[in-house]
Amino acid sequence: MRGEKLFSRGIGAGREALMIAELGHYALMLALGLALIQAIMPIVGTRTNDPVLMSMATPIAIAHFAFVAMASTALAICYVVSDFSVLNVFENSNSQMPFMYRLTSVWGNHEGSMMLWVSILAFFGALVAVFGNNLPVVLKANALAVQGWIAAAFHLFILTTSNPFVRIPQAPFEGRDLNPILQDPGLAFHPPLLYLGYVGFSIAFSFAIAALIEGRIDAAWARWVRPWVLGAWMCLTVGIAGGSYWAYYTLGWGGFWFWDPVENASLMPWLAGTALLHSAVVMEKRGALKVWTILLAIVTFSLSLIGTFLVRSGVLTSVHAFATDPMRGVFILLILIVFIGGALALYGWRAPLLKQGGLFAPISREGALVFNNLFLTTACATVFVGTLYPLALEALTGEKISVGPPFFNATFAPLFIALMVVMPFGPLLGWKRGDLLSAAQRLLAAAILAALAMAAALALEQGGPVFAPLAAGVAVFVMVGAIIDVAERTQFLRVPLRVVLRRAVGLPRSAWGTAFAHFGLGVTLLGIVAVTAWGSERISEMKVGDTLDIARYRVTFAGLFNRQGPNYHEAVGRFLVRRMNGDLIGAMEPSRRTFPVRSMTTTQAALMTRGVSQLYVSLGDPTQKGNVAVRLYYKPIVLLIWLGGAIMCAGGALSLSDRRLRVGAPQPARARVALRAAE
Amino acid sequence: MTRKQRRLILIGSGIGVLAVAVGLMLNALRDSIVFFNSPTDIVEKHVGPGTRIRLGGLVKSGSVVRSDNLSVRFEVTDGKTVTPVSYQGALPDLFREGQGVVAEGVLDARGTFNADSILAKHDETYMPKEVADALKRSGHWKDDYGHQAGASGGGAVK
Repeated sequence: MRGEKLFSRGIGAGREALMIAELGHYALMLALGLALIQAIMPIVGTRTNDPVLMSMATPIAIAHFAFVAMASTALAICYVVSDFSVLNVFENSNSQMPFMYRLTSVWGNHEGSMMLWVSILAFFGALVAVFGNNLPVVLKANALAVQGWIAAAFHLFILTTSNPFVRIPQAPFEGRDLNPILQDPGLAFHPPLLYLGYVGFSIAFSFAIAALIEGRIDAAWARWVRPWVLGAWMCLTVGIAGGSYWAYYTLGWGGFWFWDPVENASLMPWLAGTALLHSAVVMEKRGALKVWTILLAIVTFSLSLIGTFLVRSGVLTSVHAFATDPMRGVFILLILIVFIGGALALYGWRAPLLKQGGLFAPISREGALVFNNLFLTTACATVFVGTLYPLALEALTGEKISVGPPFFNATFAPLFIALMVVMPFGPLLGWKRGDLLSAAQRLLAAAILAALAMAAALALEQGGPVFAPLAAGVAVFVMVGAIIDVAERTQFLRVPLRVVLRRAVGLPRSAWGTAFAHFGLGVTLLGIVAVTAWGSERISEMKVGDTLDIARYRVTFAGLFNRQGPNYHEAVGRFLVRRMNGDLIGAMEPSRRTFPVRSMTTTQAALMTRGVSQLYVSLGDPTQKGNVAVRLYYKPIVLLIWLGGAIMCAGGALSLSDRRLRVGAPQPARARVALRAAE
Repeated sequence: MTRKQRRLILIGSGIGVLAVAVGLMLNALRDSIVFFNSPTDIVEKHVGPGTRIRLGGLVKSGSVVRSDNLSVRFEVTDGKTVTPVSYQGALPDLFREGQGVVAEGVLDARGTFNADSILAKHDETYMPKEVADALKRSGHWKDDYGHQAGASGGGAVK
């Protein structure tokens, strides 16, 4: 019976799929070939001054993307049709899974996620090729060549150590299912967004290397690179925030950030990328900080590569570490050494050739941006040390330690709070020469509101941590500071409202972007402080009819029932939430899902949103007497954490839509005037 | 302000921030890192009561005793030595007898380990990496530990 099923499967679903996996494999090999051509031809062209070779970069980059896309699509088809004769599909999918999870499980495993990585890399390469018409030919050719090197290295990695198209000779009838923890809508968004961010920084890296190869750089470089950095930064911001929310609702105890090495791996490129974003402004506007900006571009993508290494090599154990294989770790380590080492060596050799920009006054917009960079990179360095120190120590002495939240709270937090205190001053200072006193005067309102918030927090707080009112004050200071920035620029209260509105519309989008992004950071901080300091939790064993009080709510356990899902069954607890006066607000239904294929149990927390606060219930093990262990949390203004991320991203989008930065935007005004004069 | 002064201010503040950061890190590395120990390590290294550590090993089969108010007692073993553990709270989804576990907390004077968190941190073979290494070191690693979960391409839990 079973044999017959196997047989019919092998013929039926197998036949057309048979070709598809091989087609994907073949497309990937061709993509490797194209990447190598892309890596070599344009550089030969720039060396020999051959315009034909240089211009080859554009079509090759597009073709390269086409073949990578073909390979990825082939893999996706294998997953969607459940072709279990492909080992990767067999190990990570199951025909019982809903369509969405069959599709997203493509990247819910090591091989597939590396495919996603190179697909996005190739995608960005093609974007540069298509939209980079205004770039100098040499710069574009060199940058695309560097992209080719990176792509070739990762294709080689996939083909030799992580081939997703490997077949099993005897096709099994059913797959082993996707890790139940990953069977969540979050899987559809979090990895692609994170990779768009990680890999997006490769563009800045390639441009930096191209500038070093060429040995010259000017302020326009920053204008070409900034949109890419901004785009990558936006994706990374949303990717990190989304991952944080996913962890929050899926791990069953409502933590939103764990200082887990895998999270740090995504935070480090974010910090360096944020610094890069700001230093590129100085470079563009004032022609200064060129050499530093180049270094930041290299460092940011290097940190993305290190992140990939940490997550993909198996040196860490976490939800992100799929199957481990020592070969892969060694290979990724080699990629790291070659690319980071090579880039830094090139930097050391060529950077002195680049013309330095001038020095400038410490009290000025550019001075403030230097401070921004100083704090961000230092904060990034503390995260780097905290993440890699345990690994280094273990490698050197064999001693195992863990560096947890206390370390980061004692190092990263003070630096970041200091950064946020000076942050509102930056946009209020003029270029070249700022007036600190007048900036301080204009921020007076923010300072007063911040002090009020601190006082209110102190008054409301009963024995919470001391840092909380302080940090809440800083958050309010940053938020109001961002509003004041916009108010000042529109001369709010000084001119009629009509004029204010006109000015607000006429304000450069990048100024709006700054205000939004800074405001969003304040919002996030406020959420973090409130949840950490003023959240409450009740952990208890409950029997049917029991009631727990939390914050202003009264939660009653109404009963337990069973439910059948597509590929799991679950025990659902029903809880009724009432106000203290007895009014019913609604029901919450947390559950525990059991996935028979992997015999794994996951906890599905139930969330009830009240404004921007949430009630959070999750079920623990049933105890002997048929009672359940219940974890009940009240998370005050918790949604602000992720809302802040969304506001930051909106700021990035506004900034990206600024005329000055539009991809393929015209030359600077001077050049346009010159052109017009020539006509 | 002369060029020299400007440069001095920039470099000075850079060094200042870095120095503060280094100070913070050294301080934090002294105070807030936690060492990982197996039950045998606790005996051999004479880990005293009150020192915050991570204890890792296998949950000894048949040792889990649950009582009221979610308090639970169990024993962690590395095959050579056994350490009793007490914990109050909800256990992670993947806590089970005979499987790997990592607990964080302090030893009391009688040698019981009072855990304040139980980490469900392990890879798809139901074995925390630290625990696997410790078991290999003590010679109690069995190859079939790796196959108990029956799946090979799985994920793991934070």
